[in-house]
Amino acid sequence: MKEVNWIALTIFVLLFGFITWLGFAAARWRKGDLDLLHEWGLGGRRFGTVITWFLVGGDVYTAYTFIAVPALAFGAGAVAFFAVPYTIIIYPLMFLIFRRLWNVCHKHGYITAGDFVKGRFGNRWLALAVCVTGIVATMPYIALQLVGLQVVIGAMGISGTGLMADMPLFIAFVILAAFTYSSGLRAPASIAIVKDILIYVTAIAAVIVIPYELGGFGKIFAAVPAQKLLLAVPGPNTTGAYSAYATLALGSAFALFLYPHSLTGILSASSGKVIRRNAAMLPGYTFMLGLLALFGFFVIASGVDKLPEYAAGFKQFGNNFAVPALLLHSFPAWFTGVAFAAIGIGALVPAAIMSIAAANLYTRNIHREFINKNPTAKQESHVAKLTSLIVKLGALVFILFVPTKYAIQLQLLGGIWIIQTLPPVMIGAYTRWFNSWAMLVGWAVGTFAGTWMAFSVQLANTFPLHVGDHTFPGYSAVYSVILNLVIAIVLTPIFNAMAANKAPVDQTVAADYQT
Amino acid sequence: MNNTDKKRGGWSWWYLLFVVQFAVALWPPLYNRAEPYLFGIPFFYWFQLLWVIISAVFTAIVYFAVEE
Repeated sequence: MKEVNWIALTIFVLLFGFITWLGFAAARWRKGDLDLLHEWGLGGRRFGTVITWFLVGGDVYTAYTFIAVPALAFGAGAVAFFAVPYTIIIYPLMFLIFRRLWNVCHKHGYITAGDFVKGRFGNRWLALAVCVTGIVATMPYIALQLVGLQVVIGAMGISGTGLMADMPLFIAFVILAAFTYSSGLRAPASIAIVKDILIYVTAIAAVIVIPYELGGFGKIFAAVPAQKLLLAVPGPNTTGAYSAYATLALGSAFALFLYPHSLTGILSASSGKVIRRNAAMLPGYTFMLGLLALFGFFVIASGVDKLPEYAAGFKQFGNNFAVPALLLHSFPAWFTGVAFAAIGIGALVPAAIMSIAAANLYTRNIHREFINKNPTAKQESHVAKLTSLIVKLGALVFILFVPTKYAIQLQLLGGIWIIQTLPPVMIGAYTRWFNSWAMLVGWAVGTFAGTWMAFSVQLANTFPLHVGDHTFPGYSAVYSVILNLVIAIVLTPIFNAMAANKAPVDQTVAADYQT
Repeated sequence: MNNTDKKRGGWSWWYLLFVVQFAVALWPPLYNRAEPYLFGIPFFYWFQLLWVIISAVFTAIVYFAVEE
């Protein structure tokens, strides 16, 4: 087994110690009564433009992104760059739709997407579907963050047998659980700032130093095999890699803002204006993500995957080891420690937000709706804190006992599932034309069809949709949500006619959506 | 006051900039080529990175046009 990299490990542990302290200290930051759910779970809705920038950035650009996007570029080439158009189109969505959602949620004290759907459509079962989908889709996402952490811990040469092998992950988990429990959303918000500074330092240093070491971008791209350099031009009767690329970007973009943790980040902003400003400022991260994707090509050009000292890592973690190997190879040990800490802390921030978001959902849309209808404020926040622990424990058990491969596949399915909540949540922000039962049927059919499509291609990224002689390979999430929408549109007039005497219930009025 | 309310809640022609932003980002045939290179980087990569910056500028323009 390879030796422990003590210098990197020391820097890593020191930085982890610092953010642990910060996570607990955050409870006193912009102090609020943490026995209230909106204080614990939304940071009191007090975050301004800058904090929201870091927080939403922490949501979107996670440890797993930093590991997986370059790994995909390394393995599959140009297609990995879909992350760039994906993160280009999320911001207009944020600008238009989430400003409206922020307004209405603020006005009525909604904390989750389920709260909004219940208020808007008066259907607790539709709200339950949104809530359960959110929780189920989030769990593997949290697990994936821990995968990112596992890879960098392994890369520092820490290994063991049996229980000892999982000890570092277990410690990181306990730290995460403890500060989330005590500080709520304030903890990831404050840690996100440290994380981003470290990530930016790492990315900028790497993008300058590594191409210099490798003899310039020209040499790097010359080393990339031709079939990886560009998307394959589609043959006759198929839209080939083009439709795959575009639908992956489009589907991922819509799915992203339907994930509970994105809404949590957005609802914690102090005003709708903060949301719109951020839509213009967040592309700063997208640019960095594009640079990080290029790391995959740096790996190809540097040939670290062929060096014997990294063979064990590649064997254990597959292509996910590409970035850690590149960093180990290119930088002195102390800087590798900084970079690994950036990735590790980059895992804790989204994991904390995700567990808080899932806890908010359970508390509001399951516990309060079906178990204890009139909780005191203190009981409510207590349930949320406990749930956040259970959710994280679930993710940890998943990572320790289930092969990583399944976490990645479940996360892929999670994207397909979460996008099925688009009609009630995103379109619901504009109109309540849809019948809530029609949307519920659409949701069920979309979820089933999307899952079937994914399994029919052995959980590959894209599904080949055949129409006549033509083939349109694309992201199953996009195809299944279109089916979902069509069903909801067709069934709405039918269901409305069947229940013509019932007046629709809507807590919200048009003015609630505007400033 | 009434006037600004209307502007903030409803449609604005400035939103067409978003349509441009979407259309270009989601149309790979437009940028799926290697030439011309910039500092040794193929067009496919540097164009999309440039489009990130242009998109951010578009969003900022819409923000100032609609919000201020």
